[in-house]
Amino acid sequence: MGAMNEKIRELRVEGITKRFPGIVACDSVDLAVGENEILALVGENGAGKTTLMNILMGLYQPDEGRIFINGRPVQFKAPADAFAAGIGMVHQHFMLVPNMTVAENVALGLKESHKYLRLDLSGVKKRIAEVSERYNLPVQPDAYVWQLSVGEQQRVELIKTLCFGARFLILDEPTSALTPQETDELIVLLRRMASDMSIIFISHKLAEVTALSDRVAILRRGRVVFKGTTAGQTAAGLAALMTGHEVVLPRNKCIDGCGEERLVVRDLKVKSDRGFLALDGLGFSIRSGEILGLAGVSGNGQKELADALAGLRKVEAGGISLMGMDLVNRSPREIIDAGLGYIPEDRNNEGIVSSFSVKENLILKDFASSGFSRGVFIKSREEEQNAVLLQERFDIRCSSLNNATGSLSGGNIQKVILARELAREPKALIAVYPTRGLDMGAEEFIHTRLLELRARGAAIFLISEELDELMNLCDRIAVIFKGKILDTLSSCDATRPKLGLLMAGIKPEAEEPAAEAGTEAVTKQGFGARA
Amino acid sequence: MTILNIVLNILSIGIPFSVSLLLASLGEMFNQRAGIFNLGCEGIMSMGAFLGFMSAYYLQNTAMVPYANLIGIAAAGIAGALLGLLFALVTVTFHAPQGIAGIGLQMLGTGTAGTLFRHFVGGVAGVPGLSNRPIPLLSEIPFIGPVFFNMNILAYAAFLFVPVSHYILFKTPWGLKVRAVGTSPRSADTMAINVNRTRYQALAAGGLLAGIAGAYLSLGQAKMFADDIVAGRGFIAVALVYFGRWDPYWILGGSLLFSIAQSLQLSIQVLGIKFPYEFAVMFPYVLVIVVLAFTRNFAIKGPSELGVPYDREKRI
Amino acid sequence: MKTPVRVAYVVLVSLVAALAAVGIGAIVLTILGADVFQTYKVILTEPLKDLFGITEVLVRAVPLILVALGIAISFRAGILNIGAEGQIQMGVISATAVALVWPDLPKGILVPLVLLGGAAGGALWASIAGYLRAKLGVNEILSTVMLNYIAAQLYGFLLRGPMIDPAELQTGSGTPQSVRLPKSAWIDRIIPGTRLHWGIVLAVVLAILVYILMWHTTWGFKMRAAGASPKATRYGGINVESCLFSAMVLAGAFAGLAGAVEVTAVHRRAIEGISSGYGFSGIVVALFGGLHPGGIIPAALFFGVLLVGTDMTQRIMSIPANMVSVLQGAVILSIISAKMVINDPYAREKFARRFLHSKDKERGPGGEGIPEEHGAQNEETVNIEAKQ
Repeated sequence: MGAMNEKIRELRVEGITKRFPGIVACDSVDLAVGENEILALVGENGAGKTTLMNILMGLYQPDEGRIFINGRPVQFKAPADAFAAGIGMVHQHFMLVPNMTVAENVALGLKESHKYLRLDLSGVKKRIAEVSERYNLPVQPDAYVWQLSVGEQQRVELIKTLCFGARFLILDEPTSALTPQETDELIVLLRRMASDMSIIFISHKLAEVTALSDRVAILRRGRVVFKGTTAGQTAAGLAALMTGHEVVLPRNKCIDGCGEERLVVRDLKVKSDRGFLALDGLGFSIRSGEILGLAGVSGNGQKELADALAGLRKVEAGGISLMGMDLVNRSPREIIDAGLGYIPEDRNNEGIVSSFSVKENLILKDFASSGFSRGVFIKSREEEQNAVLLQERFDIRCSSLNNATGSLSGGNIQKVILARELAREPKALIAVYPTRGLDMGAEEFIHTRLLELRARGAAIFLISEELDELMNLCDRIAVIFKGKILDTLSSCDATRPKLGLLMAGIKPEAEEPAAEAGTEAVTKQGFGARA
Repeated sequence: MTILNIVLNILSIGIPFSVSLLLASLGEMFNQRAGIFNLGCEGIMSMGAFLGFMSAYYLQNTAMVPYANLIGIAAAGIAGALLGLLFALVTVTFHAPQGIAGIGLQMLGTGTAGTLFRHFVGGVAGVPGLSNRPIPLLSEIPFIGPVFFNMNILAYAAFLFVPVSHYILFKTPWGLKVRAVGTSPRSADTMAINVNRTRYQALAAGGLLAGIAGAYLSLGQAKMFADDIVAGRGFIAVALVYFGRWDPYWILGGSLLFSIAQSLQLSIQVLGIKFPYEFAVMFPYVLVIVVLAFTRNFAIKGPSELGVPYDREKRI
Repeated sequence: MKTPVRVAYVVLVSLVAALAAVGIGAIVLTILGADVFQTYKVILTEPLKDLFGITEVLVRAVPLILVALGIAISFRAGILNIGAEGQIQMGVISATAVALVWPDLPKGILVPLVLLGGAAGGALWASIAGYLRAKLGVNEILSTVMLNYIAAQLYGFLLRGPMIDPAELQTGSGTPQSVRLPKSAWIDRIIPGTRLHWGIVLAVVLAILVYILMWHTTWGFKMRAAGASPKATRYGGINVESCLFSAMVLAGAFAGLAGAVEVTAVHRRAIEGISSGYGFSGIVVALFGGLHPGGIIPAALFFGVLLVGTDMTQRIMSIPANMVSVLQGAVILSIISAKMVINDPYAREKFARRFLHSKDKERGPGGEGIPEEHGAQNEETVNIEAKQ
């Protein structure tokens, strides 16, 4: 691929602006990357990083601004143009077709293999072998993508872009699904590749930024607020620049005594969608007034655990009890009535009915109760009053309570869900990745409310992929690996390295590591479970 | 009558009977592999049946009569492709829901065919249609010869198309694109594949095949046209592709199964069994429901984005 | 986006859609060699020229309203009932059966009983598809379409066999129809000399009840939630599958009721072709009426005009009555396309910027770096997607 095979010595964007309905995602962005340079693009979720990169990839068209390669202006009307110019991107959510082989996936983009009536797969495989050898990225060309682990799939993505002749790499949150050890490996690999080409990587993990990049640019609400060399920057300094102010996230001080056991899970066995056991004898317990966190690489059974607790997945064996009441395989309604609150992973599709008004979503679980209904009729005055009250208490920002909830921002949607759940004064609350995709302001709000709930005596189960969040908020942190709790650390003992090892399946005190040899110790559930 | 005779009898009626369903299903397979299901297939088949018939009818006393069938099939195919493109406009460009769009297209196609027929012909009229061409040597094999090797040319083409469509889907670049677009359109988009264009192409191909399938009914099978000639085959095709797991060979098996069921009604009359014919006519539809009830979700192996419109500008 | 711009956009898109539908019809008419303008004129105005025409429109509107109400309920709950045609026929059978089994009951009891019987017949037939979808995940479009074919055969079998009018057998004419219903089972005509009957009142009353049901009761809340977002509804503790089932059964009941009304008020016996496409026309009416009782009534009147009008063009201008299917199909395609284009926030923005040169430099207000309100959809969007 690539009409001109010249090296990209400089990539520059000037004045790039991109608007979506109701928001300016990129606002007059100026950036430049030099030869063999690694630039980190940093910002909160929604700052415009992915949008900017998608513009560079030709997926979106900028409303204003220009792109220059080696001093010459270029226009990318479609991904094909970006390819031809030598730009390759590894997306955060992999762009792979799961039910095709690795070779077929690469063949999709390798136009020279499209010989009209025949697909030249052997040519593709030869190309894969070349690239794989050159950069030391082993892959199996005939494996189906759905069979590969997350780390393997990322390798496939890298190989893909290199096969297409990428002379400039963009990586979007490359380490979001990797363990700390895998992250270190990736950093080494990228440094090696930087001797051949320039790289932009997007991250909100400031530790990686300081470890890997030569220069860093910070985006806030679509604007570049900082550009400079990474050397000499601290993570705290970058964080302050990212948010624009000092944000101190609330910390759990662990001073209150914890009460009796509230939520007890024993020896749980639950099947995944594919039929094998996603949870294989998992157990934990949470006391009243305690927050238990669950750390782990995505795909180790978190989804199945959350579903089972909510009553949406069949439990094959084991027990779940809330304050003594057995909840195994009960209907979601019974579980809700027993006092279990739930903040789901996918706030737009699982947490709210997005076309329903804010008012209606706030009573989604209670509309049939005597507070909001008389016989079969809904009491609309009570519905309205409830909404006004909750809007005030939870600072829900929307122009009208009758607006479709789906039109609110992510943070406000999460507030609606939080309001609904907390207003019911749950005895226990399950929160699944509650701050994913939200900015620090919203994150702070949610953390504060969770700590308040903890102070009121609820038991909280927090499933999260952000180790900082877990270490800040939880009294204890459990690590899930291949469907079992590998170990539980108290928050005083929990450190990044320790958690990282556990997440990779390595239990330090044990005779042998819980995983197979090698650092690729992630489950093979890969794509299917992650999706 | 021996068992063998009965079986052969059923097969000799059922196998040619399956050609129409087979062609429509193979067309629908391309649609669904690309991520779209077209319930309007029934309407496209009606138009195809009408155009096939009409060409033969109109040209029967003219000099063009030797080409009448060919023209009919071509007209049916072209009209089918055009209707497929219309469907693509509604579902791919406008992202309208595919189920209702299909019903709308079906009404349009069946209504147009019926209206035009009533206006231009109005009564029962026959056409010579396609004649059977037995394959020399093969058709003389005892027992199976007359069953398998004595059909018309379109029928032979249809059966040959099964391995051809397999090759197209799995060994050509276009087939690769179609499969990618139906499972992971965003990935395909990032690899510079025009998702919408591929879907348009698939729908045009599907429409083409459905139109020809309709022409087979009027020219190759019934040798006439009536409002209800398609009798639900278009809908059965959509269901068939789904539980044929989007694979040409399974689809072949499925079409044979349902067509034999559909032809049982004729076989029963031929064999002189006393059975209310309404129940015999009902049977294939009941069979479809039964099979649908026992089909598990195959989406993991097939187009998992089936039914979902693709919007590139949608913020991920 | 400013309101006048928004209104202009909606009007423009609707206009284009209407023209597209009219245009498709025009293409077919041209092939027929008919005068397009004259034909449309006849279709739209001829029915309204005299009292008989107007009452005929109302007579057609009754089953359309009833079927459309049921379909609106089911679509809003997320289950697509395409089986109304067969459910009507089953309703006719059960209504006729009830009337013939208890002919001696007083009218005040028999008529409601017959209507209930019809509703029950339709509901039962629909429950098959409802069960298949709720329990086994079977695509309801396919199952209801198949059930239509099965019902048609069953109906024909019964009318030619067990339920045939003995008089037909005696005279040997063998027309598939039942015995004439007893007078005590008839719904009376309102205006003598026409076919307008009291069923129209029933239809309007039911429309009002459906409105209250869907938007002011807990049952309706569940149904709408299940249709708008089955996942979130499940997480909310509502059993989506039982919502789907009950919505389907209710839709079948309405269709069956329509059949019962047709047999007791219009034809007074079960005949061939009694459903005459109302099952499909009802779908178009429901969509055209925005799946809301307030829209369904005027939509039914409009399509009543179309149905009577195309009958008249068949008589007056020899244009086959099948034209109505062509128009209905075209209308469906246009409506659903228009709806998507109207609700597409990206298309709206592009329209505003390109044609009106308005620069939208809207940003999310302070505190969030994320869109405050993008593409505000104040209309409840219904997922009319078939689930596989």
